[in-house]
Amino acid sequence: MAHDDKPGVDQVTGRETTGHEWDGIRELNTPLPRWWLWTLYATIVWAVGYWIFYPAWPLVTSYTTGVSGWMTRTAVEDSIAELHAIRGETGKKIISAGLSEIENTPDLLSYARAQGKAAFATNCATCHGSGASGAVGYPNLNDDDWLWGGTLDQIATTIRHGVRSADQKAHSGVMLPFGRTGMLQRPQVDLVVDYVRSLSGLEVRAGSDLPAGAAIFKQNCASCHGDDGKGKRDTGAPNLTDVIWLYGSSREDVFQSVWNGRGGVMPNWQGRLDEATIKSLAVYVHTLGGGE
Amino acid sequence: MISLVINHAKDRPASHDNDEGPLYAGRQKIFPNAVHGKFRRIKTALLIVTLGIYYFLPFVRWDRGPDAPGQAVLVDFAHQRFYFFFIEIWPQEVYYITGLLILAALALFLMNAVGGRVWCGYLCPQTVWTDLFLAVERFVEGDRRSRIRLENAPWSVAKLIRRSVKHTIWLAIAWWTGGAWVLYFADAPTLVHQLATLTAPPMAWIWIGILTATTYTLAGHMREQVCTYMCPWPRIQAALTDEDALTVTYRYDRGEPRGHYKKNEALRLAGLPAGDCVDCFQCLHACPTGVDIRDGNQLACVNCGLCVDACDSVMTKLNRPTGLIAYDNDANIRRRLAGEKEVRRIVRPRTILYAGLILFVAGIMAFALGTREVSGISVLHDRNPVYIRLSDGTIRNGYTLRLLNKLGTEARFALSVTGLNGAEIEAVGIAETESGRPVVMVRPDQTQEVRLLVTYRDELPPQASIRIGIVATPVSGGEAAIAYDYFKGP
Repeated sequence: MAHDDKPGVDQVTGRETTGHEWDGIRELNTPLPRWWLWTLYATIVWAVGYWIFYPAWPLVTSYTTGVSGWMTRTAVEDSIAELHAIRGETGKKIISAGLSEIENTPDLLSYARAQGKAAFATNCATCHGSGASGAVGYPNLNDDDWLWGGTLDQIATTIRHGVRSADQKAHSGVMLPFGRTGMLQRPQVDLVVDYVRSLSGLEVRAGSDLPAGAAIFKQNCASCHGDDGKGKRDTGAPNLTDVIWLYGSSREDVFQSVWNGRGGVMPNWQGRLDEATIKSLAVYVHTLGGGE
Repeated sequence: MISLVINHAKDRPASHDNDEGPLYAGRQKIFPNAVHGKFRRIKTALLIVTLGIYYFLPFVRWDRGPDAPGQAVLVDFAHQRFYFFFIEIWPQEVYYITGLLILAALALFLMNAVGGRVWCGYLCPQTVWTDLFLAVERFVEGDRRSRIRLENAPWSVAKLIRRSVKHTIWLAIAWWTGGAWVLYFADAPTLVHQLATLTAPPMAWIWIGILTATTYTLAGHMREQVCTYMCPWPRIQAALTDEDALTVTYRYDRGEPRGHYKKNEALRLAGLPAGDCVDCFQCLHACPTGVDIRDGNQLACVNCGLCVDACDSVMTKLNRPTGLIAYDNDANIRRRLAGEKEVRRIVRPRTILYAGLILFVAGIMAFALGTREVSGISVLHDRNPVYIRLSDGTIRNGYTLRLLNKLGTEARFALSVTGLNGAEIEAVGIAETESGRPVVMVRPDQTQEVRLLVTYRDELPPQASIRIGIVATPVSGGEAAIAYDYFKGP
């Protein structure tokens, strides 16, 4: 009986099958539309063209480069060049404008803050932290305590020339190692540490002789930190009467400062960063909130 | 009677070798006949209205003031604005687009519940443009018979001329379609002038090229294949349709047994069963997707009703009642066969639900649109550092504000803080103040970013996190915009 049926023809629909059969279920042959198939061929041809035109095939130590010479590296270089061209326009305005003029022009301010923020993240965040909040030994740039001055120009100068850097015009000023070099004896250091901590209202050792500490301070420290301990910016000597402590306010921290001295270094950025970037950084830091 | 077989499949020649089927299916070209009737008139009217809107809407002007675009409908990518008559949408308000998409989906559901695939048959762009292209084809090459004759005729000068004229008009329409598209993205008269003087930006030419190619290919050459092979909507529609939806239906209870008119007339006189269908194939010849509706409801049918018109005109000529093919459903046919009354239930839970949802969503959108602010403020608290201790021990927090001015005129906002009595505020780079509050100028139709520093000199409770409001009050009067955030302490 089976021989009477045309093999490969479905009896119900009278249509051809593909000849495939699963558990008695046969697949009707419903071929693809011609245009669909041509679309497939066209994509194959396209792929071949693509292989020839663009880098495509990995070889053992290299790859096929393609006749177009296209490389991701040159594409990136082009993008960077384009970016520089765009930045150049506003960058020129930033260079020609004064720092306070930048800050008072909303467009320039937002540009400078954006560029400054990016430059800060790349160059400054390593020491000062990504939010410029500093760390022990690295000043917090958000607050109103400035070792070398917090006006726009002072900040720009600090960025340009750095602190105790190789630059001739760098800020300099040294906290001497009073204890280590024997300039002060151990009991004297203890006394002056107590006195310094008392200046900002911190707790001192019971029975400490503050007037004696004050005398030692006046003799050894006042030349830089001032008679009142409020610091001097030309030497970068910090204000010892406020609540902000660069190297920590604990007795042990202050003792270390007096015994071993201090002297943080900040690189000079002039020559490493372009003028527009330096000015943008100055504006950015100034507008973090502590600017004077 | 229900069959999902696409009609042209059965005309395919059988292969001699049963194991080796054909590699591909050649397209059975369809030559739809012109029809006249109610549904053809509706289709033509919709074609004129929808294409009219599409081609001419960009030229409608709308006065929004000196610095704003004067085009009623404009997608302004460069300035990130979308204008729709009196509505102006900013990028952060794209939820209106979401709302429109939801409305569109619900409208499709409702249309489907009432009339099956009427969207496909009357309003789908593929159908509308195909209909237009078919009209051109009919105008140049004549109706079905002469088109078939021309198709089968060997190439001659006459055939070449006819074909060239047809394709030229098609390409012109396709070009105009692409041209109209780009006019929605730039000032229409300016762009038309640029296109005419060949000074338009490359992006305009690229998009016109893409739309010209797709329109010409899809509406001129692929036609019903788009609906049967490419479009996912028929599959979704099949899941959405219920047996109450009115779809184009051949009333086989009335039509069968089909046969020659005179023979059936004789049978009828003899009291023998005879249907109204005279097997004239007018319905099949009218169909733009090549469906024989008498095979039942099927995937390729777009519910356009042209076969209804074709059949009705034949029935009228034969003095038989019209409606042998009509918008009906199989449930009704079964009811009539069982001697019951046919039922048309357009108002039923499903349609009420869809209509209700449409009204609900439209209501929400209208409310959101009616109450949207013309100015606004958003605030971002500094995260690193969260707070700053100043040298005198007081605490300061930094915030980044963004002030929005959606008006066509410049706005000035005075900034203040609520919820923290005695807090001092300072806006970076802002010198102007008004009764102690910093005043920020925001240009027309712009936003302005401001860095705000809030200092609190009194003692804060430990682990302080105080909710504060940052208020932007328009200096010239009007409702203040407020954003809430926290003042953090150690």
